[in-house]
Amino acid sequence: MQKLQVASGKGTDSEKRKRKDKLVMNAWCWLFMALAVGFYILFQGYPIICSIQYSLLDWSGMTGYAEYVGLANYKELLHDELFWNAFFNSFKYTALIVPLELAVSLFLAYMLNNEKLKGSSIYRTMYFVPVVTTTSVVGIIMIFILGVQGPVNHLLTSLHISGQPVNFLGNAKYALPTLVVISLWKDCGTYMIYWLAGLQSVPKDVYEAATVDGANRRQTFFRIVLPLITPVGGIIAILCAINSLKVFDIVKTMTEGGPFYATDVIATYVYRSAFSSEIGMPRLGYASAAALFFGGAVIIIGLVLNGIKGRLSKSL
Amino acid sequence: MNKDKRKKIGRGLMNHILLAGIGFIWIYPFLWTVSASFKSQTEFFENRLGLLPKAPTLDNIIRIWSKADFGTYFINTVIVSLFSVIIVLIMTMMAGYAMGRYRFWGRNVVMAIFLGSIAIPLVSTIIPTYEVIKSMNLIGTRTGLILSQAGGAHVIFLLLFTSFFESIPKEMEEAAKMDGCNYFKTFFYVMMPICKPIATTVVIMETIWAWNAFMLPLVLTLNNPSSRTLAVGLYVFKGENVVDWTGIAAGGSIAVIPIIILFIFMQKYFVEGIAGAVKS
Repeated sequence: MQKLQVASGKGTDSEKRKRKDKLVMNAWCWLFMALAVGFYILFQGYPIICSIQYSLLDWSGMTGYAEYVGLANYKELLHDELFWNAFFNSFKYTALIVPLELAVSLFLAYMLNNEKLKGSSIYRTMYFVPVVTTTSVVGIIMIFILGVQGPVNHLLTSLHISGQPVNFLGNAKYALPTLVVISLWKDCGTYMIYWLAGLQSVPKDVYEAATVDGANRRQTFFRIVLPLITPVGGIIAILCAINSLKVFDIVKTMTEGGPFYATDVIATYVYRSAFSSEIGMPRLGYASAAALFFGGAVIIIGLVLNGIKGRLSKSL
Repeated sequence: MNKDKRKKIGRGLMNHILLAGIGFIWIYPFLWTVSASFKSQTEFFENRLGLLPKAPTLDNIIRIWSKADFGTYFINTVIVSLFSVIIVLIMTMMAGYAMGRYRFWGRNVVMAIFLGSIAIPLVSTIIPTYEVIKSMNLIGTRTGLILSQAGGAHVIFLLLFTSFFESIPKEMEEAAKMDGCNYFKTFFYVMMPICKPIATTVVIMETIWAWNAFMLPLVLTLNNPSSRTLAVGLYVFKGENVVDWTGIAAGGSIAVIPIIILFIFMQKYFVEGIAGAVKS
């Protein structure tokens, strides 16, 4: 502030120049932002606004004919059993996967976060391979691996763990948990890397001090390391929850939402209403309302979780 | 002392057995897929668990590649990934530079909007995105796929570039200014060469994401076989050939092996990118 005054005292010339410099800088910055902002508007901003508009229409998308129906789509959603089924399935899936995913990935990360462990980078690569592979392809392959004639059932029956082959995906009771296990395996590597980043921020002398005090590995973990990485865990949990609520690829390819809508989640529900003709005319307006309603719910939940996390880390 | 040492070695061995066992379960599905794509139909059902085909055959791969159009799907996937990577790299690098180095008007608002879009599910924007591509007459074309794939917010990449450019000392910029570099020249000659590690990370991550994308290509190419990617191609193939499991395995191998190889050689960048994302 002071500097500015001194500079302006010298004369209006330098002030003018400064203002011009600032203008030029802003112009350059916005030029550099143009591509990102342009793509964002075209494929994120504009679609969101469009979704709101579509959600007020009765429109098949096949024809130009669209009738403005106000909030009728939303009212219909409230009474649509299949929508609520999908809505709750999304949350059920998330509630199942988040704690499991966090626990398994933390276990692997803790095991690998050991300088003396030889070959830890090979293990890391192995655990990470599923992450980089195409989810939809993995889903299709898994249909057979878990199928009645597949290797898993072959193993179960030949070891007499199960007398009859288990129909993992065809049974309404097992289908959702099976999807959870497959996703757990598929994404575990990502969360493991998140945890490793967190674990590496724990100073080494903490471990040394614990060993000197006679704590074993388990005690060190639960009494010392876990409290230290809980804040990171909060962020990881939120990321995991948001990703899980969005689940589509694995469900679409493995079960198509079945059997009898037992694994139908919001994304598959919206896809079916908007793009598939198996249930008659597509309904873009209605599907948009469902997608927006759900998107709103996800954002609110994200904010609430973030709030809880903030509270918790304050009280710790 | 001796007992202690033996105990330690024993525990180390147990750890290795545990970790290797988990590792084997983790990659077994991929080994199984690759092995199944070299098995004949009869062997496939006789030898369900085994990973080594007794009489390896190339029939499945040849059948899938030429008759089932996986050759086309492969080329489509390569082209879509390549071009969306180029667009995303240029776009996030330039935006990250502006946001990391300058406090320009509206910077924080743009940043907040980008960050907020992490929570928006793709399913909430996919219907209008389809309409946008349709209005450009690009449904069922590779260009449409490339544009929509590049159209996500790419928040992680933006954050990576922004925090990288933020960390560069001011002296470098001032030195460039002294040498008479303007905004663009500073970026082009001074900043771009030193951001190579981040750029590599972004390239690897976006390649993998674009390669694996499913919902967007599904919606945009479901009725246009000529522009399908591998992810959609295999899904459609499975719908039409439910019993050709060795063919499906061969298609799956074609889809995942290139990306696994890319990952194994470039994993340092990928892992650092993921770790960097959660840190920032």
